[in-house]
Parts: sequence; structure tokens; C-alpha cells
Amino acid sequence: MAEKKVPKEVKSFIDLLDQAKVLELRDVEILAEEFVINIAPQLIQAVPPAVQQAHAYLEEAVKLLRQALGIPAVPPAVAPPAAPPAPAVPELVKATFEPPVFTYAGSIAEVQIGATSAEGGTRKKVIKVGGESCPPFYRFEKVMPNRPIVALDVFDTLPPLPKTIKDYYRDVLKDHVAWVNKCLEEFKADLVTLHLISTDPAIENKPAEEAAKFVRKVLDQIDIPVIVGGSGNPEKDLVVFEKVAEATSGERLVMASVTIDMDVAKAAQVISKHGHNVIALAFLDINQVKELNRKLMDAGMPKDHIITDPSTGGLGYGIEYTFSVMERMRLAGLMGEESMQVPISCAATNAWAAREAWMPMDEWGPREYRGPLWEITTGLVNMLAGADLFMMLHPLAAMTLKSIAEVLAKPKIEKELREVAYEKWISAKL
Amino acid sequence: MPKLLRPLDVYRHLPGTNCGECGEVNCMAFAAKLIEREKRVEDCKPLFKPEYKAKLQKLLEVLRPPVKEVTIGVGDRAVTVGGKVCVYRHELTWYRPTALFFDVDDEMPEEEALKKVKYVEGFEIERIGVKLRLDGIAIRCVSGSPEKFAKRVAKVVEATQLPLMLCSYDPNVMEEALIIASTKKPLIYAATKDNWYEMMKLATKYQCPLAVSAPGDLSLLKSLVATMRKEGLDDFVLDPGTFVEADTLAETVNMFTMLRRAAIEKEDKDVGYPLMGVPAAVWMSPEKDEVTTKMKECYVANLLMTRFADLLVMHSTDIWMLLPVLVWRQNVYTDPRVPLSVKPGLYEVGPVDEKTPIFVTGNSALTYFLVRGDVEKSGRGYLICVDTEGISVESSVAGRRFTAEKVAEALKSSGVESKVKHKTVIIPGKAARISGELEELLPGWKVYVGPKESSGIPDFIEKVWSKEVKFE
Repeated sequence: MAEKKVPKEVKSFIDLLDQAKVLELRDVEILAEEFVINIAPQLIQAVPPAVQQAHAYLEEAVKLLRQALGIPAVPPAVAPPAAPPAPAVPELVKATFEPPVFTYAGSIAEVQIGATSAEGGTRKKVIKVGGESCPPFYRFEKVMPNRPIVALDVFDTLPPLPKTIKDYYRDVLKDHVAWVNKCLEEFKADLVTLHLISTDPAIENKPAEEAAKFVRKVLDQIDIPVIVGGSGNPEKDLVVFEKVAEATSGERLVMASVTIDMDVAKAAQVISKHGHNVIALAFLDINQVKELNRKLMDAGMPKDHIITDPSTGGLGYGIEYTFSVMERMRLAGLMGEESMQVPISCAATNAWAAREAWMPMDEWGPREYRGPLWEITTGLVNMLAGADLFMMLHPLAAMTLKSIAEVLAKPKIEKELREVAYEKWISAKL
Repeated sequence: MPKLLRPLDVYRHLPGTNCGECGEVNCMAFAAKLIEREKRVEDCKPLFKPEYKAKLQKLLEVLRPPVKEVTIGVGDRAVTVGGKVCVYRHELTWYRPTALFFDVDDEMPEEEALKKVKYVEGFEIERIGVKLRLDGIAIRCVSGSPEKFAKRVAKVVEATQLPLMLCSYDPNVMEEALIIASTKKPLIYAATKDNWYEMMKLATKYQCPLAVSAPGDLSLLKSLVATMRKEGLDDFVLDPGTFVEADTLAETVNMFTMLRRAAIEKEDKDVGYPLMGVPAAVWMSPEKDEVTTKMKECYVANLLMTRFADLLVMHSTDIWMLLPVLVWRQNVYTDPRVPLSVKPGLYEVGPVDEKTPIFVTGNSALTYFLVRGDVEKSGRGYLICVDTEGISVESSVAGRRFTAEKVAEALKSSGVESKVKHKTVIIPGKAARISGELEELLPGWKVYVGPKESSGIPDFIEKVWSKEVKFE
């Protein structure tokens, strides 16, 4: 072996042999895939410590050589020598992890949706959202008083919907009560939103009175309260909300949505006069959220009747703005900013604006899975940012997000983590 | 709130000679780049001279983020995780996107394992101008045999440049694998309460980062790290356990949240290391069918990524369940201080000439990249981005940011008129309502209303524009 050409590792291998002073290798050429060095154990036990030392050196040398050549080990032909007694393992430093609990100056209002007969309504079921006094799912501080709620969409007139969604509702599209019940029973939604899109002046321009009658009629046949969705036309919505509020006085429904380009003071009056709640919709601008909520409160809308919607960008389409606006809103509310001390609503449905959710595209995989997962993800990350109420479209997405909410907001963890063999993940057949 | 470093805090630990070797005009500029993670300490060569030894040490201390950066792997595909300076991204930004590792084991057929490794290595999806990729391979020792494991590790090392994570609790198994792979700087998984002493010795001897696992017991996790820190080790990845059942998932989120807040807001140095989660654990108790389990793996990954996981180990590689993870990672790791918009003005897409169509759109970065991609697919185009303040076309039409006046003005000032031999312009389908007014403002021009979704552009060019437009 020419001294100059040997790699460093091999050189130290030779050094080690040298230190052992018992063996020497000459003109070695290793071409084999396997490299075995066996020393009979009885021999080791019989030999004096110096030779045992040599064996240890040799083992180390073999490791180095294998490292240099990248050769994996092979099973030893005979059992390896008994290991020398392990060196005493030092004691672990005793440390205690203290949960980093903070205190907060403020808390989030709890909004009750629906009123029972004792409360001036006719609902058999009411739902509460919000009421948090720490950031979302900071269980080490507090378990959230109300788990996040999922509301599925029901439309008075059918808008264009992705096929993957429409297929779930084909049998009930003409019967709104059956549609609501399907959402509740089959798809396990907590609530529904009745979207009155037929009132849109650009579509059917149905009169507000007719819309109000429609809501009342549906309400009379179901147990739960509903969210009433307008058409998005600020002038018309104000009239629609007024008529619906009258026709359902005392039911404590949710009117969605009041926006900054509406006569906010008037909206607050016509809605609060009949004891309803409101969703205040701002456009991804935390100052607008503040201004709108302030205006509503100034006009007499109680804080615990307001839910705020800062606008939801779908996954891949501005979701990070929504995420951070929600997180900032929630933290500001806990720090004491009153206009932010209201539950947050998230339109996870906006996920469907993303082409990744609905477009047939082989290289992205089947859209039947991709679509709901897009909506679940949009809802989930905003839930972690602080959203309390989710407007959803796809039944599978709604069911999944609801079950995640149930799991994360569980009042009590029944299972001790120690009972779960998590550590086995590395050796399990997955 | 995170403690923000100012360039001056860093500058005082630099040589101050303004030598320019780092490529910056002076040391102050270099300091600013260091804070932004755009330059590395190693870029300042003089700092490594003996006379600056004290400064260097001080600098490293000052720059050390509350969550230490840990590098796994070597070469172009090496991945650095951690480096977080704030709990909430809006406080500054989240550095070092979550690394995604995918498992193979030593009992699956070799061919299958190597196929997965190659797939993970070659995976690439382009989205808004960025290539989204996967980051590493976790090799699990299922056999329990040091020889089998080492052989599998050797094959994987041969097959890929990706960073590795070697998974076994048996120090003998680990050493056999490290003998093969240590020069690739794999992550050793894992030191536990039973084997930490030997694993620590291995991590020290082979100079590799070490995962510390104490499932469900944060005090133990802290004790293990504190003990090994005292022995001089500093490259850890922490594993508090990923419990994914209905009655344990909330506790997983709770532990991750506590650890990250303690590291950053309580400056607890013993937990100031990257966190790892294992969405692959959903496969230990699968759901009713495979699709449902994959969906769960996807949302557990996003749940943990949102709650501070710096490294995730996953099992499934189906594109439909990876896409939401990759897109959310891309989204949440953008810098919230940088508005997502492109410079308003004229962009050339593909080989333009006098017969190239002219498209107008907004200047939100999302709009730009989506439309650009679709124009590319249609062949070529002049793309004029009107200043919509980074807002989407739909919202800016409603908010009067995308008006006929603004479009006409942008078209005129772009000078595109002299570059083509036609007088037609294509506006987004979502801006259809401005078309009439725009034609009035542009005498002699024909305004085409394009598709509502830019994905319809290739079809529109082929079936409408190319057939109708005549050149002068």
C-alpha cells in the first residue's frame, strides 16, 4: 500500500493495528461486498488483557474501515464476546417542565344562537359559540367553554356548485326542510345557513317579504336556529334582514352579513330590535373589523350578539392573511381590545374558489378527495387561529372538521398518554 | 413579542473592517443580512481568524434564535430546521419551513423502498413561481437486526442525496447504521430515558444531530436535554410524541404549544430546539378505509405544522394529500411583512412578437403567477399588470381598483401598442363589466372578455382570439 494514497480513515485503521502491536496487514485489497473478521470468543476470554485490548482496537478499526468503504455489517459467524461491563450511566438532571401559563386582561363574549320558548323563541335547540379566555386550544391554560361549530349551506335557489358537492344533495334540492334535515342528521352539521340568494337584484330580485316568509316556514318545521344569509347586495340585504328579523322575532337567529358599505347603524337597530345576532363581515383588514364592530356596538348591538368574519382566503389563495388577521384579532381581544372580543366566523367554503379544490387534473389526484381536503384544511388552520364558527359546503369536509373540533376541544382527556404505545411507530408495520 | 435584533447588536461583534469579502458593501449591511438569514456567519471569512475568536463566539450567542437551528444532511439537499424567533408569524415571520420526511423500513422489499426514496427525492410541483419539494427519508428499523438495518441504510445512502433520519432505539443497531451513513449527517432517532447515554455517545462520536423522545412527558424531555447539554451536545430535535387518537390528539397539540411558548416566551433553553411530529403514526390505528386514514394523516400534518412542528415524518405520498400540506407550508412560511404583489407594468411571457395577444390583469402575486402560467400554456403573451394594490381582480373590480380608466392608462403607458400589429386586448372574465367603457376609452381597439378562470386562457386563445384577430 502506497502510504501517500491511503485515505484518512484507512490510515487510522493502520494506526490502530499499529497500536495493537499484534497484527499486520500487507498488500490488502478489498473487493468483496462483505467484510468479516471473526475472532473466536473462547480465545478472547482466555487471552490476557493486552490482547483483549487489541481486539477492541481491531473492532474499532473494522468500523472505521467499513465507514470508509460504506460496507454494512454482516451477522457474526459466532456470538460476539461478552460486552465489558457498561460504564456507569450518569444520573439525569432533574428538571420540571412548568406549563408557560399567562394571564389575559380580556375574554371573548359568548354568543347564543337560537332562543327556546322560555327565552322568547320557539327553538328546541340552542347553540353557544365563543366565550374563550385564552388562545385557541391552549389547554394548559384553559379548556375552551364551547367547541367550534360547523354550519352547512342551504340555498333557496341553487347557485353553480362543484359536481362533487351537488351529488350529495340531489335528492333534497327541491325540499328545503328535507335539505336542512339531511345536513343535520346525515351530515351531522350543528347548524345551517339559509342563503337567500334569490333576493339578489341581479338574480331573481325576490321581495324581502317573500324571503321572510320562506325563512319562517322552514323554521316552523325544524328544531334548530339558522343563520340567514343575504345576497351580498348591501341595500337589499338591509331590507331582507329587516323583514326576516320581524318575521322571526325573538328566535335569536344570525343575520349574515352586515358590511361596512351598509347603513350599519340601521342594520344594528332592525336586527337587535328583534333580539337577533349578526355576522359582521370585513375585508381582510383588521382596522375595518374594529371600525365595523365599534359601529355596531355604538348603534346598540350588544357585544354578545356579534360574530365577526374578517373574510376567508382559501388555502393557497390568501389563507395566510386570514390566518394572521384572526390570530391578531383573538390575541387583541384577550389583551383587552373590546371590538375584538367576539367570536370569529370563517367561510371555509371559499376553499372552493381554488382550482386545486375542484378542477379535474390527473397530476393532482382525484378531486373527490382533493376538494374536501382543501376545505378541511382551510377550516382547520383558521380554527387554530381562533375561528369559532365555520360556514361549510362539502358534507365530508363538514363532518371531518366537526369531529376535529370535538377532539381538540374535548373537556377531558380520558386516556393517559402513557397507555398509548406511540414509540412503536418506528418498528410497526405501517 | 419576540426580541428583535437590530443590525447594531450584531455589528459590534463583527470585525468592522468593511473588507467586503462577504459580498456586502460594509459590515453593517452584512449585519442586517445576517439578521434576515440572507447571509451566514461563515460568509465572513476574517471572523474565523484567531484574533476574532472572542467576537465570533459572542456573535454566535447573539444570533442564536430561541429555537436553535439544526441542520440535517449534507450538500444541496441538506435541510435546516428550527430557527424560530416568534410564536405567532405576524410578529415577524417564521423562518425555516417545516421539513417533510417520508418513511421506508428495512423489511419492505428493497425495490419498493428505493422506489419510494426516488419518488420523494424527485418530487416537485411548481406553484406561484416556487418549486415545492419534499425533504428527507426516515429509515425505520422494523427487523430489529443491526445487519438488516445497516444494509438497508447503505442502499438508501447509495440511492439518494436526501437528508436521512435513522430510526431505532437500539444503540447497537444505530451504530451499525452510523458507520455507513454518518458522513451524511443523518438525524439519529432517538435518545430515550433508557438509552440516552449510549445515544449521546454516538451523536458525539459521529457528529450527528440527535432526536430526543419522551412521549407524553415534558419534564423527562427537558431532563434528557438538560443532561446532554451539560455534556456538550447542542444539536437536538425534540419529540414530545404524536398521539393521534380521538382522546389524545388534543394533548399532542397542547404539548407542542407549551414547548414552543416556553422556548420563545419563557426563554427555556432546554426546550429551545426544533420540534418533530409524526403524522405517520395515524397508520398504527388506521381508520375505516385507506382514503380516510390518508386524509387524517394530511390534517394531522397541517395541525402540527400550524402548531410549530419543524419536522414531520409522513408515510403516505399521494399527491392529493400532500398538496394541501405543501401549499399550507408555502403560505404560512411567507413573510407577512412583504405584500404579495408584483410590480405593476408590462411583462413578456414566452417568445413574444407582433402577433402576440395582450392580456390585462391585476398585480396580486397570486393573480400574476396563475395568469402567467396559463398564458404560458397558451403559447405567449404580453401581460399588463394594473396596480390593484395586490388585491385579486374580482375584489378590485368591486372596490374600484380595476377600472376602465386604470386599464386604459396602463395599456397606453406600457408602450405595448407599438410592439404588436393588432389592436385587441383581453381582460379577465371577472372584469367583464368594464369592457364597454374600456372600448370607449380606447378608440379603434377591440376588447375581448377572457375566461373567468385563467385556466381557460389556452382554450380561449385557440378557439376565439386566434380565429378572430386579423393583423395589420
